[in-house]
Amino acid sequence: MFARVVWLVLRKDLTVEVRSLEIAYTTLFFAVSCVLVFAFALVREGRAPEDGAAGILWISIAFAGTLALGRAFERERQSETLRALLLAPAARPAIYVGKLLGIVALLGACEMVLVPLVALLFQAPLFAHPVWLAIILLAGTIGFAAVGTLFAAMLVRARTRDVLLPVLLYPITVPVIIAGVRATATLLQPELDMDSIRFWLALLGCFDVVFVTLALWTFEPLMTD
Amino acid sequence: MIPVLDFDDLTVDDVSRHFGRRRAVSSITFQASRGTVLGLLGPNGAGKSTLLAMLATLLRPSGGRIRYGAHDAAAHGAALRGSIGVLGHDLFLYPELTAQENLEFFAALYGIADPRRAALESLRQAGLAGRAGDPVSNFSRGMRQRVALERALIHRPRLLLLDEPFTGLDDASAAALAARLRSLKKDGAIVVLATHDLDLAEGMFDRAVFLREGRMLDAIDRPGALRSTYRDVMSRA
Repeated sequence: MFARVVWLVLRKDLTVEVRSLEIAYTTLFFAVSCVLVFAFALVREGRAPEDGAAGILWISIAFAGTLALGRAFERERQSETLRALLLAPAARPAIYVGKLLGIVALLGACEMVLVPLVALLFQAPLFAHPVWLAIILLAGTIGFAAVGTLFAAMLVRARTRDVLLPVLLYPITVPVIIAGVRATATLLQPELDMDSIRFWLALLGCFDVVFVTLALWTFEPLMTD
Repeated sequence: MIPVLDFDDLTVDDVSRHFGRRRAVSSITFQASRGTVLGLLGPNGAGKSTLLAMLATLLRPSGGRIRYGAHDAAAHGAALRGSIGVLGHDLFLYPELTAQENLEFFAALYGIADPRRAALESLRQAGLAGRAGDPVSNFSRGMRQRVALERALIHRPRLLLLDEPFTGLDDASAAALAARLRSLKKDGAIVVLATHDLDLAEGMFDRAVFLREGRMLDAIDRPGALRSTYRDVMSRA
């Protein structure tokens, strides 16, 4: 009944978020501000730097993701509801997967605003290959959120969690962000280099498998103490 | 869902818990059988909440063993959790969700076949059926405490762990809680209750375990005149 627990946790997280819209608004505001600052700094006389769009898109996703992760678990900390989840006779990795999918859904919604904004401000042909872009964004978001969800859950009781989360998260997720940037940048080239896209996507897929497997394996012991 | 393990008694055998060099709980031993209300009494920092967290399988003991009947939390943690209900300092409720949604969510998480019916029945039991659709954030502390108690009981646990359950309750609600605990005891539950409120707990315990600075000072069966017994035990220590 792993899937049932995943669904229950995911549905609960989405219901809570739809009611409050707290994480969606703060994350989106932060991500959009980030893109606007880069646009004001880098776009000169209507000309955007070549290949800049991919990096700016992923930096915004990473920053917004960190904010979303922190807030998602802060909410569970305030009423100690994370403890209540851990007290249930359910497989704890299922709780982790439910939380992970909630974060991925939130970041996915954020990306739906960020992608057109970056495409517009940086004149980047991000919609030239929408399916490939969606796959790259999904794979990168899962890799980033897999590590982030584990760390955010671990740090939920730490007083310095707001500082520790990015300090721990960014060094480990740098390969995911680099692979995401390179794959997205390849999509922006006039000629689509499929070998390069497949390589970066395979790398993202490997990171996803490794990070999710490690997180599933370590979540139970880490959350018991 | 993971199959739930039932048990007839709880045995805490020489249990200790350290956080780094700090000793939170040291060499605690007691036993409680079905139909028992056991009190954990002691001042702040006595180790009551740490002990409850270990009984709830949220913390592993650094030493000693906790046995639930013939079972051990290390081997059967998830299955045992289906027989354990916890009401802590914090209420474990989502303020954005309604009372019914909160209870339905936890009922489903505990594998109850009809979560909606279980939630409505629990709300009726708490006297809050008329407020089922209101977000918990709109409730008073006492009302939230009543919903939280129903959340802890929704899966009919064998072992009920309560940490200061009388906090925020008015006299009528406190009396209703005391009556509910007596009925749970009659139904064969093992109730472990940590409290400072000795007046409300008077006459409730089959056994009281007195703790101070993580150590067990004494365990007294059917303690009478709880306040003076507490004072005696603490002054002797």
